[in-house]
Amino acid sequence: MTDRAAIRAEAARLRALFEAEGARPVETAVLQPAEVLLDLYGEDIRARAYITSDALRGEQMLRPDFTVPVVQMHMEHGAEPACYTYSGEVFRRQEDDPDRANEYMQVGVELFDRTAPEAADARVFALIYNALQPLGLRAATGDIGILMAAVDALRTTERRKRALARHIWRPRRFRALMERYSGRAKTPESRAALLAKPDPMAGAGPMIGLRSEAEILSRIKALKEDAATDPISENEVALIDAILGVRETSDNALEQLRDIAVDMPAIQPAVDRLAWRLEALEARGIEIENLDFEASYGRTNMEYYDGFVFGFYAENRPDLPPVATGGRYDALTRQLGQGREIPAVGGVVRPGLVVDLGGLS
Amino acid sequence: MSLKLGVPSKGRLMEKTFDWFGDRGIELGRAGSDREYAGYVQGIDNVELVLLSAGEIPRELAAGRIHLGVTGTDLVREKLGQWDRVVEELAPLGFGQADLVLAVPTVWVDVNTLDDLDAAAAAFRLTHGFRMRIATKYHRQVREFLRDNGVADYQLVDSQGATEGTVKNETAEAIADITSTGDTLRANHLKILEDGLILRSQATLFRARRAAMEEADRTTLRTLLAKLALD
Repeated sequence: MTDRAAIRAEAARLRALFEAEGARPVETAVLQPAEVLLDLYGEDIRARAYITSDALRGEQMLRPDFTVPVVQMHMEHGAEPACYTYSGEVFRRQEDDPDRANEYMQVGVELFDRTAPEAADARVFALIYNALQPLGLRAATGDIGILMAAVDALRTTERRKRALARHIWRPRRFRALMERYSGRAKTPESRAALLAKPDPMAGAGPMIGLRSEAEILSRIKALKEDAATDPISENEVALIDAILGVRETSDNALEQLRDIAVDMPAIQPAVDRLAWRLEALEARGIEIENLDFEASYGRTNMEYYDGFVFGFYAENRPDLPPVATGGRYDALTRQLGQGREIPAVGGVVRPGLVVDLGGLS
Repeated sequence: MSLKLGVPSKGRLMEKTFDWFGDRGIELGRAGSDREYAGYVQGIDNVELVLLSAGEIPRELAAGRIHLGVTGTDLVREKLGQWDRVVEELAPLGFGQADLVLAVPTVWVDVNTLDDLDAAAAAFRLTHGFRMRIATKYHRQVREFLRDNGVADYQLVDSQGATEGTVKNETAEAIADITSTGDTLRANHLKILEDGLILRSQATLFRARRAAMEEADRTTLRTLLAKLALD
């Protein structure tokens, strides 16, 4: 058990570093309304957060992260641009691994800036990179925006693109959808049988539940349209695979993505943004020829990030979770703001892990 | 000290367990009246029968308050994190078979696979403004199963009984529950998804890995396992 006082001291040091770079300290409540978080993250958050309740306020969650309350606070009464820092405990329910902490400190920074997103990305990354420099960690980076742009560029129906975009963070289902849309996977027998029936509702049994006949018929119509749609071409499948396979130092990754963009011009703007971000990182003294980039990074465990993503890892301690993680989460602000959007990027450090690795001083 | 054996305290599960041990020369039974939860063991010395609700047996095994226990695999997996580190499966007992399955209204002719369920859930959320509700008491297993299969836009609602009725009562759109024959599902106009089998469960004899044992208990356990032909 690492000494709590040492962790608090490390957290204070980190926060002071962020404050010295212009971040304003903020506090949030430990108990958060569960509804917002459940709506945002879905059932997965229930497995990861402690939920409690009372008769007055209903279901409350022990803060699983700071991002959502900080975004809400900023959207209510923040002036722009704004940069915030915070430190405190977060709580994560553990059902399987007794070695994972269910309560730990986080120190974070969140930056809201509409003017130059790539410069903002670089600023947040550099803040954390510089703070953690003494630990000699490996930084991993990625950019979900490139895959999103590629999906959007596919020559297929809007419905298929929406389905793929919805599953960007669930690689297994994404893969299954690609297989089906490209004609590589066979249509399940039951679906083929359904589509062949002249009256699909014949003998279907009584209508029960909230999902109405109109909803069932509308999906059947969509399935019929989809069955009549041309498969996504081999060429486009190969391009998506090529993007997902990019795993290189950042300078080489950029070259590879530029090559791919020749065949898929629609991803060019996203690739340009990567180039601007790398310039901004270089301007902050980060050697991009030593910075790893992986196009599929952040797809499995960072569901609300939709652009730049990063994590810092202790390579000689593979048993530890990442010491810091972060990224851009514009879509999250769009959902929380009910139409309003504030481009945002942020990151968190776990001072407990910093102490485990020998500390910053 | 004696070796403690936890067995379901009532119903078919208890009787079948008694039969299973009886067939192997160990007679288990309830002492006194039907209301009294005390038991006896004949055919082996130093084994104590503890009658418990099947749902409590996983917890008692995990706490080491009983050394052996008979309960369903479904309950062990639902209630114990890293269950295979906490208990050892000694033998499936061949009864109490039940499958944990995902079922939807039969009238959903467009939904037969998890892929369909996921697509229907996305559309449902857009139409109704909330996530499709799946009623169950097996939260962990259902959540893990749906996560592994990449199904999104659903929520689990707790249902401790009469789960098959939740769809008709409009408190859920789909269910995940234990079924042995599927009759109750059919009677409630529900069908199992083609790839909706979450777990095959049956009554199983478990050993608690962390229960404290004296040397005499170890000898008793060896004798017992020999009699049960599990050594």
